[in-house]
Amino acid sequence: MATDINEKEQVDIGEYQYGFHDSTDKYFFTSGKGLNEEVVAQISEMKGEPAWMRDFRLESLRIFHEKPMPNWGSDLNRIDFQNIHYFMRASERQGKTWDEVPEEIRKTYDRLGIPEAEKKYLSGVKAQYESEVVYGSLDEQLAEKGVIFTDTDSALKDHPELFREYFGTIIPPHDNKFAALNSAVWSGGSFIYVPPGVEIDFPLQAYFRINAQNMGQFERTLIIVDEGAKIHYVEGCTAPTYSSDSLHSAVVEIIVKREGRCRYTTIQNWSNNVYNLVTKRAMAYRDALMEWVDGNLGSQVTMKYPAVYLMEPGARGETLSIAFANKGQHQDAGAKMVHCAPDTSSRIISKSISKGGGRSSYRGLVRVEKNAARCKSNVVCDALILDAQSRSDTYPYIEVENDNVAIEHEASVSKIAEEQLFYLMSRGLTEAEASAMIVTGFIEPLVKELPMEYAVEMNRLIELQMEGSVG
Amino acid sequence: MNSILKIEDLHVAVEDTPILKGVNLDIRQGEIHALMGPNGSGKSTLAYALAGHPKYEITSGKVEIDGTDIVELDPCERARLGLFLAFQYPVVIPGVKVADFIRHAVTNVRNPDRKEGENLMPMREFRKELKQRMEDLGMDTEFARRYLNEGFSGGEKKRMEILQMAMLQPKFSILDETDSGLDSDAVKVVAEGVNRLAGPGMGVLIITHHDRLLEYNIPQYTHVMLGGRIVETGDAELARELHNEGYQSVRERHPQEATDQLEPSAS
Ligand SMILES: Nc1ncnc2c1ncn2[C@@H]1O[C@H](COP(=O)(O)OP(=O)(O)OP(=O)(O)O)[C@@H](O)[C@H]1O
Ligand SMILES: [Mg+2]
Repeated sequence: MATDINEKEQVDIGEYQYGFHDSTDKYFFTSGKGLNEEVVAQISEMKGEPAWMRDFRLESLRIFHEKPMPNWGSDLNRIDFQNIHYFMRASERQGKTWDEVPEEIRKTYDRLGIPEAEKKYLSGVKAQYESEVVYGSLDEQLAEKGVIFTDTDSALKDHPELFREYFGTIIPPHDNKFAALNSAVWSGGSFIYVPPGVEIDFPLQAYFRINAQNMGQFERTLIIVDEGAKIHYVEGCTAPTYSSDSLHSAVVEIIVKREGRCRYTTIQNWSNNVYNLVTKRAMAYRDALMEWVDGNLGSQVTMKYPAVYLMEPGARGETLSIAFANKGQHQDAGAKMVHCAPDTSSRIISKSISKGGGRSSYRGLVRVEKNAARCKSNVVCDALILDAQSRSDTYPYIEVENDNVAIEHEASVSKIAEEQLFYLMSRGLTEAEASAMIVTGFIEPLVKELPMEYAVEMNRLIELQMEGSVG
Repeated sequence: MNSILKIEDLHVAVEDTPILKGVNLDIRQGEIHALMGPNGSGKSTLAYALAGHPKYEITSGKVEIDGTDIVELDPCERARLGLFLAFQYPVVIPGVKVADFIRHAVTNVRNPDRKEGENLMPMREFRKELKQRMEDLGMDTEFARRYLNEGFSGGEKKRMEILQMAMLQPKFSILDETDSGLDSDAVKVVAEGVNRLAGPGMGVLIITHHDRLLEYNIPQYTHVMLGGRIVETGDAELARELHNEGYQSVRERHPQEATDQLEPSAS
């Protein structure tokens, strides 16, 4: 969400644009560094949570300690769990108007262009700063129709039954080490409920900002789309550039009931010091549609494989993912489609770009359970490598227990775009212009799927990445 | 003043294998040269090396445009000096629209000092010119909106190369088998297109195995390449002869090069 302000302020367009940070002196509460039962209990107490949630957290911490680090994907051994702040409260309470948000924090969101975007094309906004949501809004008419769009902490207080019915049911703590970590120390995130038949035309947006050094952000999002309802949710993420690492480890759980439709768009643009390890999963029921649109830029390491479990006949799942790995970055991204019922269909389209020594991997799983006859799945992944220092790998996994299925997998062999570069340059384009043109063209089919504003944003972020290294 | 492209004792290697072994050739603006020779003799290698393909390493020799050595220049700098290559195998660039690409290219080539990010040629002016050139070449203007060479038939790709040449108005054009893969109507259209552009402002090197293109664009010089060297130079009559009789007599007259040609990597 560019604003005129930050474009003017930008000195060197090649640099990460959101690398600025604010003072943390005025924070209300900062947990000490490190992770143990006391810290977890303290987070729960600070939030005034019921006992069941405190117990859930402590149990999750135990599971986290038990689980080994994943030994695949990227090297995560550099993460020092004891050198991270697990909870930071930057503002005393959540603002209902931007004026109620502390000035320093408000300025950050101004620079990121959020209030402006809100006015133009959003139905509602949540702005999370460090551990908690500092600003929230929702279109009044939607609220009247019974739509709930709140932060997950408030949902636990204000909608305890709905919360407890679904929380942790899609991604239980023992799912993986980072799901366990999130379950122990989660804070913030969005909670959305869309009642039957309610269609939300303009997106709801959440904006996640890490500001402090060595910060761990563990938002927890839960979206329930009731029968025949429709929603488009968008999240954006940035953080300052520090020399030491931060950790972002979110859990996103989604339920799309019969004939419901949910599209979840991520435009992630973390700074290069962030480990981004996120678990995202949706369950889609009869004739429902779940779409993940996942734009992964920035971060040091991203491991993210949005999943759709197709639970009943007619359910459809789709993931469109773009990963851009630049210098010093590893994007290990992909998708997971699990066909649990007959007559379900899924599609994965993945495009990755590697440049300046960056590494991108596509990792995807299509699983068809025994009873899931007549299901269809189509996987297309394409990789573009811009120079000989960069790397791209494909790890497609297909597990099929039923014979009567149609599964297509196309992976275009990733080649360095040397011939394309030469062709364009022989027509007078500089190397930078030629590679920017190739990259823009490469992602065009995906960007076309985004609403206008996000398409513009996506192209702009890619352009920034392209300008970064040309000298 | 007429510009001149001078190639002197040019040696070119691909991945350390020598392919061109001393090529000499001068092309002046306004001249038409034909370059013939059997498959694998090094014609495309010469074309790529002139255009600056990074895989084709110039190991010794000179290439100059009006006295400026271009060997160390990027392909884009060569293009801005007025060099153009119509590719034997044009490259597909998915997602990039023909019009966007050509507008960018034309802007750069016409303003060689343009910096990245500076204004492109005004849209209306560009559109008008592009439409005119497409009509000249009998191309559906719908092609301007398509992705560059994606899903184009062989003949459509070749026409697209000539369209780019027409828009860029180079001083020197190398046409690498632009006539192959075209049906006879298309050859005629392309040949006439080249003919229209090939006036006093352009020097052309036509690489070909056929004679139709040369019928419309009668070469002043015909060169025969064999084993990485130009072994004979004649006039239009030589082109006709080779076309009718093949390369056997050339091989017999140049046994050394003929052997090189058979076993390119044996030495
Ligand atoms: N990129 C490359 N990698 C390896 N070998 C190459 C490459 N380019 C050219 N060669 C070799 O150089 C020799 C000359 O090839 P070139 O393409 O220049 O021939 P040509 O005269 O254009 O032939 P044709 O009439 O078939 O187009 C051939 O032996 C070819 O295999
Ligand atoms: Mg050739």
